[in-house]
Amino acid sequence: MKIPYNEELRPDTGLYNAKLGIWLFLASEVMLFGGLFSAYIMLRLSDPNWANYGQTALNIPLATLNTAVLITSSVTMVMSWVALKMNDIKKYSMYMGLTLLCSFGFLVIKYIEYTAKFDHGLYPSTNNFLAVYFTITGLHGLHIIGGIIVNGYFFGPGKKMWNSEPERFTNRIEIAGLYWHFVDLVWIFLFPALYLL
Amino acid sequence: MSSDNHKESFWTKYIFSQDHKVIGIQYGITSLLFLMLGFLLMMVMRWQLAYPDQPLPLVGWRLSPDMYNSFGAMHGTIMIFLGVVPVITGAFGNYLVPLQIGAPDMAFPKLNMASFWCYFVGGVVMLMGFLMPGGAANSGWTSYPPLSVVATSGQTVWLIGMVFLITSSLLGSSNIIVTIVQLRAPGLTWMRLPFFIWAQLVTSFLLLLAFPPLEAAAIFQLMDRLAMTSFFMPSGLIVGGAATAYAGGGSPLLWQHLFWFLAHPEVYVLILPAFGVVSEIIANNTRKPLWGYKPLVYSVIFLGFMSFIVWAHHMFLTGMGQTMSMFFAVTTMIISVPSVVVLTCLVISLWGGSIRFNTPMLFALSFLPMFGMGGVTGLPLGLPLSDIHLHDTYYVISHFHYVVAPGTIFAIFAGIYFWFPKVTGKKLNEVLGKIHFTFSLIFMNGIFFPMLIQGLAGVSRRLADGGESYAHAQSVIHYNEFMSMSAWLLGLAQIPFIINIIMTIIKKKDKNPDPNPWKATTLEWACPSPPVGHGNFEKDPKVYRGPYEYSVPGHDDDYSPQFEKLGDK
Repeated sequence: MKIPYNEELRPDTGLYNAKLGIWLFLASEVMLFGGLFSAYIMLRLSDPNWANYGQTALNIPLATLNTAVLITSSVTMVMSWVALKMNDIKKYSMYMGLTLLCSFGFLVIKYIEYTAKFDHGLYPSTNNFLAVYFTITGLHGLHIIGGIIVNGYFFGPGKKMWNSEPERFTNRIEIAGLYWHFVDLVWIFLFPALYLL
Repeated sequence: MSSDNHKESFWTKYIFSQDHKVIGIQYGITSLLFLMLGFLLMMVMRWQLAYPDQPLPLVGWRLSPDMYNSFGAMHGTIMIFLGVVPVITGAFGNYLVPLQIGAPDMAFPKLNMASFWCYFVGGVVMLMGFLMPGGAANSGWTSYPPLSVVATSGQTVWLIGMVFLITSSLLGSSNIIVTIVQLRAPGLTWMRLPFFIWAQLVTSFLLLLAFPPLEAAAIFQLMDRLAMTSFFMPSGLIVGGAATAYAGGGSPLLWQHLFWFLAHPEVYVLILPAFGVVSEIIANNTRKPLWGYKPLVYSVIFLGFMSFIVWAHHMFLTGMGQTMSMFFAVTTMIISVPSVVVLTCLVISLWGGSIRFNTPMLFALSFLPMFGMGGVTGLPLGLPLSDIHLHDTYYVISHFHYVVAPGTIFAIFAGIYFWFPKVTGKKLNEVLGKIHFTFSLIFMNGIFFPMLIQGLAGVSRRLADGGESYAHAQSVIHYNEFMSMSAWLLGLAQIPFIINIIMTIIKKKDKNPDPNPWKATTLEWACPSPPVGHGNFEKDPKVYRGPYEYSVPGHDDDYSPQFEKLGDK
């Protein structure tokens, strides 16, 4: 038995199954982060002490660097998909490797930021700004780790599929890319909302 | 995908199956067992309500108020998240959606399997709560903080279980949506979809988009409990006479907003697929087309949208202000309109039909007035003025149980009797079915109608003594015994149902079971009963007409299936 429209597009919807699936998943992710952001807004607006919660303790230069790293990883992610479209598996490996490198870089910088906070005795329980900061960036970090696992699989053992089903493999990279851009986009909202505003 | 002729071991065929039919049955069995467990908890609680502080018969121990709270919270959680929703979307959705749209399976069979196992693990985790020190979660199925944050460790287990269930519903609902959009058989255009499919589609969108905010809330509450954050903990909170160690500054109301943002759409998750089941059965047994197919479809879509902006009618008494209350009262009144449209369409569908009163039809017919009761009793709760009196009384309990118990659960029974021949190739016994129906209907009302009276008298919910220690409850307290008797008799009334299922399963199968015993028109009746292996249909189905072409003038038969070309018969 074969599931229809696994690789080929369904004529009347113009989609293959996984592409619709990932968009639905991302819609639900939007609702998840929407819930987190609304909670942040509500807590911040209803708390008169918010100004004293030490938002200024956050390291803006490091976060800016992290933003640049993540955006770079999004670019290399697209390039790896383009490389597959151009039938160039070597270039794909290079760009995917760069994407993974950037993702690890992001986590390392995040780790430096976190430990600096802990060293100064700033924990999630200290106040609600730090609670929001650690919870939302922590969840975002989990999303990064999820992306690393998926991309790492396609960089390593998952690449075999290129030899048997190149079309399907290219689709998989497109799907993984959509997810990765979403994670990137979340950070682009998080950065100003937590560090700058 | 692997081909048909791969060898399947017992494990891959029945346990870790990727076949939507097996997964549907797994969902069905597991969730029916959970329904029974939830009901069992309630029967124990009803003893405490009828005879406060007397030891339980047979076992001999007393249900302490703490345990009563635990049982109450777990009854709600089990019934909604582990019972009714998994039956109606997990079991019915999984089994029937691919069949009704003529697909070989769900779009993502592996995710489908993962969805069931997440649900299963979530259920097991929930039950583990009973083994925790202090017992299972005891802050109500709504888990309002700050109570739930300072509660015993059962609450942590509840939250972790919830995260698994949310993951399961995310996987399941996105799968159903993709399947419906992508895998419809040739000729099955949107307006030829059976209404059941529309209901499942809208329900899946609700699950997909409403659950994540609860996941956010569950993460916040876990952080509050484990990392001592103060998302939901206000400043200066005193617990048991001592100040808490929390930094404070949080908002208990935030939880209520996030929770009801899920839990109101969840109400429609419970009821929309029930509409779908009931309309299939009504069209089939009146032998005429559904009256107002398009209004039904548009209503159900409109219901889906509106259900996202009514949540705060659960929160009129939190002091969120008149403007907010006004807004949510208005949206609540608006959302009742499409519900009435659906009910009206279904009632008018009966008009002039030659109705067959078989068991599924009886359940489907009684769904209409029972859901009607649930809907009508909801209106006073949607208006802030009358809600002040009725909030958190037994009136509320009665209202939503009328929607879910004789409403959705009757639709589930109707569906089980209706589609059992498709799943097993054997019809359930009609006599036992009618006994099951009659007594269920009587005792359901025996439980829930007196609750309206008690609620109007102001008896609060969640009282471990059923109101015995409250002066204003004295005039209505004698109903407690009657309601408890009804509950236990309702339990007995399920015995014919269980016997019926067991008897029918062990009964010998016909050599060639009729694939279409109800003479129905939709696609699931085109494939053999039970449908063939992995792939369902013997030949790829094509669709030639709308879903409910019964009694078309000028035809010999009184039904024209979607899958038969004109003049085939």
